Amino acid sequence: MPLDVVTLSRLQFALTIMFHYLFPPLTIGMGVVMAYLEARYLWTKEPIYEIAARFWTQLFAVTFAMGVATGIVMEFEFGTNWAAYSRFVGDVFGSALAAEGIFAFFLESGFLAVLVFGWDKVGPKFHFFATLMVSLGSMFSAVWIIVANSWQQTPAGDRIVQMMRDGKPWFDASGHPVMRAEIVDFHAVVFNPSFVDRLVHTLIGAFVLGAFFVMSISAYYLLRKRHEEFARRSFSGALLLATVFSLAQLLSGDANGRMVARQQPAKLAAFEGQFQTKPGDLSIVGWPDVQRKTTRGEVAIPGLLSFLLHGDRHAPVTGLDQVPRAYWPPVTAAFLTYHAMVAIGTFFIALTLLASFLRWRGTLFEKRWLLWIFVVSVFFAVAANELGWAAAEVGRQPWVVYPGLQRDAAGNFLLDSHGILQYRTAEGLLTRDAVSESISSGQVIGSIAMFSVIYGLLLLVWLAVLNDKIHKGPQPLSPPARTTGQSLAAAVGELVDHGASLSEAKDESPD
Amino acid sequence: MDFHAIWFVLLGVLLAGYAVLDGFDLGVGILHPLARDDQERRLFLNAIGPIWDGNEVWLVTFGGALFAAFPEAYATAFSAFYTALMFVLSALIFRATAIEFRGKSSSPRWRRAWDFAFFASSLLASMLFGVAVGNAMIGIPLNDRGVFLGTFWDEIGPYPILVGLLTVAMFAMHGALYLYLKVPHGELHQRVGRWMWHTWGMFLVMYLLTTIYTLVVVHGATQNFQRWPWAAGIVVVNVLAIANVPRTVFADKPGQAFASSCVTIAALVALFGIALWPNLVAARNNPANSLSVYRAASSDKTLRIMFVIACLGMPLVLTYTLAVYWTFRRRVQIGPHSY
Repeated sequence: MPLDVVTLSRLQFALTIMFHYLFPPLTIGMGVVMAYLEARYLWTKEPIYEIAARFWTQLFAVTFAMGVATGIVMEFEFGTNWAAYSRFVGDVFGSALAAEGIFAFFLESGFLAVLVFGWDKVGPKFHFFATLMVSLGSMFSAVWIIVANSWQQTPAGDRIVQMMRDGKPWFDASGHPVMRAEIVDFHAVVFNPSFVDRLVHTLIGAFVLGAFFVMSISAYYLLRKRHEEFARRSFSGALLLATVFSLAQLLSGDANGRMVARQQPAKLAAFEGQFQTKPGDLSIVGWPDVQRKTTRGEVAIPGLLSFLLHGDRHAPVTGLDQVPRAYWPPVTAAFLTYHAMVAIGTFFIALTLLASFLRWRGTLFEKRWLLWIFVVSVFFAVAANELGWAAAEVGRQPWVVYPGLQRDAAGNFLLDSHGILQYRTAEGLLTRDAVSESISSGQVIGSIAMFSVIYGLLLLVWLAVLNDKIHKGPQPLSPPARTTGQSLAAAVGELVDHGASLSEAKDESPD
Repeated sequence: MDFHAIWFVLLGVLLAGYAVLDGFDLGVGILHPLARDDQERRLFLNAIGPIWDGNEVWLVTFGGALFAAFPEAYATAFSAFYTALMFVLSALIFRATAIEFRGKSSSPRWRRAWDFAFFASSLLASMLFGVAVGNAMIGIPLNDRGVFLGTFWDEIGPYPILVGLLTVAMFAMHGALYLYLKVPHGELHQRVGRWMWHTWGMFLVMYLLTTIYTLVVVHGATQNFQRWPWAAGIVVVNVLAIANVPRTVFADKPGQAFASSCVTIAALVALFGIALWPNLVAARNNPANSLSVYRAASSDKTLRIMFVIACLGMPLVLTYTLAVYWTFRRRVQIGPHSY
């Protein structure tokens, strides 16, 4: 591969987005866990829930800061590295990013302050509200980003028009019309054909990761016989969440498979190593050989792919033979990332069902080997989130904006006289045409080097801080703050200590 | 209604909001090395602790709104300033992580390293924002397609550097005025009181130099004043606000002094917008290649949709911002949840 601006910019985008995406799903998942714990605290008034909520909030805060710091990079990169793309799609894509800023980021950042610093400044109900708002904000953020990304995958609600300049149609220096996408129907842009399926899949992935993160740390405490009451409660709650969402992810994955087959048949063919159009087998393992157009070492369940997609074991599944060679995605990378994600998802279903069964039998916390599996499984959960996105984005290549296909009135693909799918190429944009016109490879190499160093350093620091917090463990509440039977004198004393107002001190006094 | 003009103004509002709000926490970063011990450094960090992240969202939203409303300007400016923006990004990353991570270990080396990161990144980010404004004032070389025709070195001429230094001095003053409101009474508070005078003096010098340089060198910076005579009123407000800072500091009304500093910054952003109009990115080599609000804009329909989104969103944003500032309105105290 030549180290041109396109390749380097793709490399940089992959590096920065994959590093960034370590954090948002974790904060989305942990947000749900914290909201649950604070709700339990308000309901039961058992201090253990508040201790737990405070503990997870600390881990949440450092992770959130990493997400914010690495997230700004993403917004800037569309302009710095992908200026031609930004010119082509700004009318549509930019709107989603701006909406994310207005509707999600302000909400998150505002209430995050209350969440982290407000324990002794606001009452528990308002604190719970703040936690809900941060959690909601992080999900709104996911909504708008997935609107933007899904529109790239399956554009809708826009049209490609020639730009006007000073009231006249605009032609560039070589006489070509300057084209771009413009919104026709904002509702159709938002609810484009892949948005709902992909949003659900992404959010469930985040919930599963959050639950596995909590279970990993709780299992570690149980193995080390520390904070056992805290760890058992955290583990049980998270296990319920993980079991439900691992099963739900199977259904969501199935829906996504059918959606991709309908919208992006070349991507699905790459995922499944479907080189020929014929009834499809569901491959479990294998290694696609693009030269020989076959999957080496394949173990597959005959007819299952056709059955899952079309409800008929003998229905043909579009293969790469119907896709123009120039529009093949990188088959091996798409196949492997997709299969690794599915393998982890399947493993999670088995693992959480087994653990739930043992929890019901009451023997779960005696099975040390199983707890060890839970300690390390959080890394698989991170990997599954990353791999899923890698598969989705690699499978979209060579397009950055995926064009539609010619279809008949019933929505079936129309083939040309050679039996090849017909892309409406004018609607799409190739990745190689999307980079900034004014930047050089040297500049991008420099920024890749910069990001590699900074991110490497930050990853170590973040892990060290998490490690430190986990070793310290949940802290008991400071005695004057929440002991029962507190006298008025003690409350006043505390008031002086904290510089709070009398009404706030009342809010904090126990029932 | 002319949505191009409305969006130009709305971007100005977002930029002014960013400069006023993040300006003081960048300023606190610039002044941070003046703190004498760990306790003082922690007080500085905690003075901005709950709010710096929300302040930075104004920049993120400014970027998103520029992308949505004027994609050609976003694409041209962001790719033209590639190297400078990479430095901005590294500064913002280090700033966020320094604030968050500094207090996570009590090792003096760990804290010194993050202290330096916090100071250097605040200084670098402030300087580069000023350099960007300076370049916008004098324009950059663009071809007919609106693509940047220069290198990084074309972007760091004397004028952008002067505006960069002005920005650093202005944010340092703004930060000192903010700290004076937030640090507890005592010896540190008195020292911060002296910094207000020093930073105001430095800002005044930079302001005068920049004003003279702009009037002499940047042709067209004042041409819109003939079109809109009321714009002279903003100059008056700007000068009065600057003069009001020492008056109110002397009269021991630090709240009013800080408000005057906010007005100073907002007025400067307004004057910047008036100088720029109707361009977003001016072409220094050939004015015909400039990206005006009309050439760089999204379709009318998108500008309208975005306007509706802004009208729905901005009241919410103001509510959260006010709620958070109200919750954390008191002077800083170091507690168990502090950095």
